[in-house]
Amino acid sequence: MPSLKDLRNRIASVKATQKITKAMQMVAAAKLRRAQMAAEAARPYAQKMESVLANLGAGVSGADAPRLLAGTGSDQVQLLIVCTAERGLCGAFNSSIVRLAREHINRLQQAGKTVKILCVGRKGYDILKRQHEKQIVDLIELRALKQIGYANADEIGQRVMTMFANGEFDVATLFYSQFRSVISQIPTAQRVIPAEIPASASPSTATYDYEPDEATILSSLLPRNISVQVFRALLENAASEQGARMSAMDNATRNAGEMIKKQTQKYNRTRQAMITKELIEIISGAEAL
Amino acid sequence: MASFPFELVSPERVLFSGHVNSVVVPAAEGDVTVLANHAPFMSAVRPGIVTVDGGKRLFVRGGFLDVNASGLTLLAEQAVPVEEIDREKVATEMKAAEDELRAATTDEARSLASERIEALAAMMGAVRN
Repeated sequence: MPSLKDLRNRIASVKATQKITKAMQMVAAAKLRRAQMAAEAARPYAQKMESVLANLGAGVSGADAPRLLAGTGSDQVQLLIVCTAERGLCGAFNSSIVRLAREHINRLQQAGKTVKILCVGRKGYDILKRQHEKQIVDLIELRALKQIGYANADEIGQRVMTMFANGEFDVATLFYSQFRSVISQIPTAQRVIPAEIPASASPSTATYDYEPDEATILSSLLPRNISVQVFRALLENAASEQGARMSAMDNATRNAGEMIKKQTQKYNRTRQAMITKELIEIISGAEAL
Repeated sequence: MASFPFELVSPERVLFSGHVNSVVVPAAEGDVTVLANHAPFMSAVRPGIVTVDGGKRLFVRGGFLDVNASGLTLLAEQAVPVEEIDREKVATEMKAAEDELRAATTDEARSLASERIEALAAMMGAVRN
């Protein structure tokens, strides 16, 4: 049976925790708005890029297609780019991305493929290294950044491009969490090399004038597309992270409130029981005289 | 004069969106003026100045322009309105790029640095005029 002092301490500590989770929730809400705006601002570029690619890609096919579009003709070595958050305390956000990646890894390994992992974000690395330390090529940390800029995504894109040019892998897949709403973030796997041309974007039938020629444009557009995809993934991730943290912290605040209520009730009961006990002692003492 | 929709988008934001009469774009093989009802056209873009309706000027670096029936779309890796360019910042960056070029040991690094210098020079030119 905990003493009154124990209970008081416990209530105080839960209250302090509640204050922290509440503050975190509000910070996440403010950050979410910014992250969401950034993600929305980046959407037109990615969409235009997609439609331009669809236009170009439809025209170029066969043997003369660039390797970024057609692939290396093999899928033996797979690169998984796993984008996660730098910080925890955001519900199942990190673990659900990692779970999706891990399912993918297991499937590929069963099929006898070689898997390489490039981690973006500390948390994913921490979880993945337990089982897949040998496969992890590198970890890219974005912790110091306040706001993700295109330059950061471009760096990662360049890195992936160099690896591809050196023949270090055949297929690259990007793992991130797509932002739907505050309560719904969808872990997503997206193939970036060879480029996935969306079938929905119908190529226009108009005959284009190209300057310089089609192949040159396509070959400079494709590497850029990778950076853009990475950028989009990072922004979606940032928004998802804040959304996930917001709802996780909301839950935590509510749970703390419930706990405080229960503990306070218990505290009051114990206090009353003690008073009653003391009264009984006094009365029965007086009666005995 | 007939107007047409024009969109200038960078990965971070949409810089310009609206109906315009004419846009001058520094395309890969020479400056191009796009008017309404231009034939479908796609080109790479040099670092330089985009002039909208003969007035508003924006600096763009690296990108693509796409003219089709629905208007002109310019995808720029980097785009800044000319009035927002900080002359001193460009100068210091220029210096850094030049140092990099001098220090570069591989062909790749050298070409990267000279590319940067070229873009910065175009930016400088934009501020001066």
